[in-house]
Amino acid sequence: MTPASISVVHLNYMFERSKTLALSDINAEIYPGRITGLVGPDGAGKTTLMRLMASLLVPGQGQITTCGYDTRSEPVPIRECIGYMPQRFGLYEDLSVIENLRLYADLRAVFGNEREEAFERLLTFTDLKGFTNRLAGRLSGGMKQKLGLACALIRKPLVLLLDEPSVGVDPISRRELWGMVRELADEKMAVVWSTAYLDEANQCDEVMLLNKGKMLFSGTPENLTHRVGGRVVQVRGVSVEAKRPTLARLLDHPDVLDGIVQGAALRLLLREESGIEASQMDLPHGAELSHVPPNFEDAFMDILGGGPGGRSALAERYDTLTDDGEPVVVAEGLTKRFGDFTAVRDNSFSIRRGEIFGLLGPNGAGKSTTFKMMCGLLKPTEGIGKVAGIDLRHSAGKARNRLGYMAQKFSLYGDLSVSENLRFFSGVYGLRGGEQRKAIDQMIDVFELSAYVATRAGDLPLGFKQRLSLSCAMMHRPDLLFLDEPTSGVDPITRREFWNHINGLVQKGVTVLVTTHYMDEAEYCDRIGLIYRGEKIAEGTPEELKQKVASDENPDPTLEDAFISLVHSSDAERSRVE
Amino acid sequence: MKSHALIRIKALILKESRQMLRDPSSILIAFVLPAILLVLFGYGVNMDAQNISLGVAMESNDPASQRLVQTFQSTSYFDVEVARDRRELLGKITSGNLRGLVIIPQDFASRLASKDASPILVITDASETNTANFVRNYSAGVLRVWQMAEAREQGNETSARISLEPRFWYNAELETRNALIPGSLAIVMAIIGTLLTSLVVAREWERGTMEALLSTPVSPIEMLIAKTVPYLALGFLSLIGTVAVVIFLFEVPFRGGFPALMLAGGAFLLSALGQGLLISTITKNQFVASQGALITAFLPAFLLSGFIFEIASMPWLVRQITRIIPARYLVTNLKTLFLVGDVWAVLIPNVLFLLIIGALFFIITLRKSPRRLESD
Repeated sequence: MTPASISVVHLNYMFERSKTLALSDINAEIYPGRITGLVGPDGAGKTTLMRLMASLLVPGQGQITTCGYDTRSEPVPIRECIGYMPQRFGLYEDLSVIENLRLYADLRAVFGNEREEAFERLLTFTDLKGFTNRLAGRLSGGMKQKLGLACALIRKPLVLLLDEPSVGVDPISRRELWGMVRELADEKMAVVWSTAYLDEANQCDEVMLLNKGKMLFSGTPENLTHRVGGRVVQVRGVSVEAKRPTLARLLDHPDVLDGIVQGAALRLLLREESGIEASQMDLPHGAELSHVPPNFEDAFMDILGGGPGGRSALAERYDTLTDDGEPVVVAEGLTKRFGDFTAVRDNSFSIRRGEIFGLLGPNGAGKSTTFKMMCGLLKPTEGIGKVAGIDLRHSAGKARNRLGYMAQKFSLYGDLSVSENLRFFSGVYGLRGGEQRKAIDQMIDVFELSAYVATRAGDLPLGFKQRLSLSCAMMHRPDLLFLDEPTSGVDPITRREFWNHINGLVQKGVTVLVTTHYMDEAEYCDRIGLIYRGEKIAEGTPEELKQKVASDENPDPTLEDAFISLVHSSDAERSRVE
Repeated sequence: MKSHALIRIKALILKESRQMLRDPSSILIAFVLPAILLVLFGYGVNMDAQNISLGVAMESNDPASQRLVQTFQSTSYFDVEVARDRRELLGKITSGNLRGLVIIPQDFASRLASKDASPILVITDASETNTANFVRNYSAGVLRVWQMAEAREQGNETSARISLEPRFWYNAELETRNALIPGSLAIVMAIIGTLLTSLVVAREWERGTMEALLSTPVSPIEMLIAKTVPYLALGFLSLIGTVAVVIFLFEVPFRGGFPALMLAGGAFLLSALGQGLLISTITKNQFVASQGALITAFLPAFLLSGFIFEIASMPWLVRQITRIIPARYLVTNLKTLFLVGDVWAVLIPNVLFLLIIGALFFIITLRKSPRRLESD
């Protein structure tokens, strides 16, 4: 039996400043020759655990041994045997690709033939051969990630620690990254890969599932999904109008533990492994139930004891907006150039009332630029953007009053309390006096914020930060909502809670525009525009996009498959034109 | 293993130098800022009084007062505006157009003849205390010159027999520029040394590269050496450049030797670099670090080094504080080198003191250098 590369015994770790337990009673063994996934939402303790393994932090209680050395007392030999890629890659942006590689080779004492071979091998693998003299700061996100990985692999480490290497990159780079790690890791190397993407867990040999500092599961991914085997079903054949009300109703059904929208279908996790008939569930006419293979997230939800139900107290108190048949959001030939760089080229789309439209694409594709133009924050170089019939070129301020905006990550004032944030944002949107008080009280009530009104927003638990962000965007009762990667990295329960509200609001006629690079989020959308290199390369419902790329080898492609295939054909077309 | 450490230091020095050369702000701070400061101190700051605008109210029109007014007009210290009535000029004092006013009253000649006390009134604008003092002293001087001339006129030579014969050593023309510019070099060095290095450790934290460095076998002392060497070199280059400008462009005499200059400059640079690195290591934040560098290095060098304000005329407490300001020792050394020469008895103790301060800064920095991340 090979000895473990890393062993963690009864580990506790406390954040000193906030006096909160970041990790509690973690036990694990990590073996060479495997990729061990450290899986969990933001705030689960993944980064802290990885830093502890790298001996960059010292355990509070318990012990971690890395490569046979105690992380508490023997940091120096540990640093000789590990490769570590921190979240921001640890690259010097003002050094070129080759200068970064040479620096890390010198620091890790890789010389002579070994050095030349390492450079050759890594540059080939990362596809960076043509860019050796380019400054690291001028590489694309995916290329930076690869270079970061190359720097961590310069001297074949015994333990390779990768902290969220795939965050924010496009699915193609993500697949390439996985391929590289698989290829470069050998039977002597233990790889630890942390990720907030639950769908990545299936690619790992071993998984440690973390949530709020606790380890919920450790073992092979198959072992985990096994626990929900036979309990995951898909509901097909529900009309577009009926799918969200049906889901809301099903989520409150006693036999249903969890459910989400998956394109045109609904995905349900049942409480028990039983052949539930469609008739028992009060499904709309024509709906069919079929068993589907479970995934990691189903199992995660099962461990957590199910989702938050299907009600949205926010939507219940929202007035129904009437549909006049006119599109609420219109973009016509939107183009934005910064100097000679075209960030967005000729982007057109329109969104009906009560529809969720998603702009899907990797970081740097031009989603945020499009988004900012539609909010009136950026002036398009060419083209027209209209929101609720208002031309953004002339009255952006007026248009902004009609929309609610929730920015990526947490963009409220961390130093202000919850009630101060609510007061500020309601004031910004022009609410005064009794009307303002009523709106604030309602949000505190709907989102159950009453215990936190005096808490600094920055100190809130992540789930409540998410609630506060949404409430700040909704107090002025906008009839359309702009969401910028609203739920990337949040835990699945918070995500379901969030989408419950959105689903409910949409039924009341609120129109939603979402930007995301996150496939799961895209599945919630009615229609998706695929953005790549500043251009919209495809548009349609998630089903239509998947159908476009269905083939004999892959009759039931995922949205990620569709994305990759559509990008490849766009690249092929581009090179043919050139 | 020792050789690996050397290779690591070399690699880090190379990295640091590349970053330094590619960062426009470091070149700006090292070469453009000194140039601006020198021009400012060389041409802008001038403490010699020249052409101070002075009003003379000549209310009496006898030959004695005419000669007195002519004496005022003949000196280059004053730009004289003459009026018949003081009321014409009082407003101009208030508006700041005149810095002083000399009033020669109507009964000037008659009182003078009767050997009464001299009734000349000198009004100054004391909101500018320095100028007010100049006006007072120079007016008194002008009066003395006039009195002597009057005495000679009347054949009374005795009152003109003793005369003061001043000699200004080391700066014979008593040009403030000659004393000021060598001192301004100290400011330049303080900025380069402390401001530049105050950013370099903080930058690694902010850009997330510190985490990657800590996970490699690099030790804190290697990192510290690598961050010092390139900036020491840049500091020397900047020193040589600015000294050349001072000598050849501003024509300030340089009476010391080049080795002594390098020794004095190098010792100060080490202490300034150490101070900057310490600030950077503690704050981990470029903005806070640059503020810290300005407050703890630039301002004291400006105000308390004896460069502009003479230390001897400061209150006792402030005088004691100046003893721990490194720039003070550099100002003394530079003034000595420029104006006097290689006076080793002055230079050596100052250099030693700077080296001790520098060593202290480096030791504290090393002790504060992280071997690990800190819990957040």
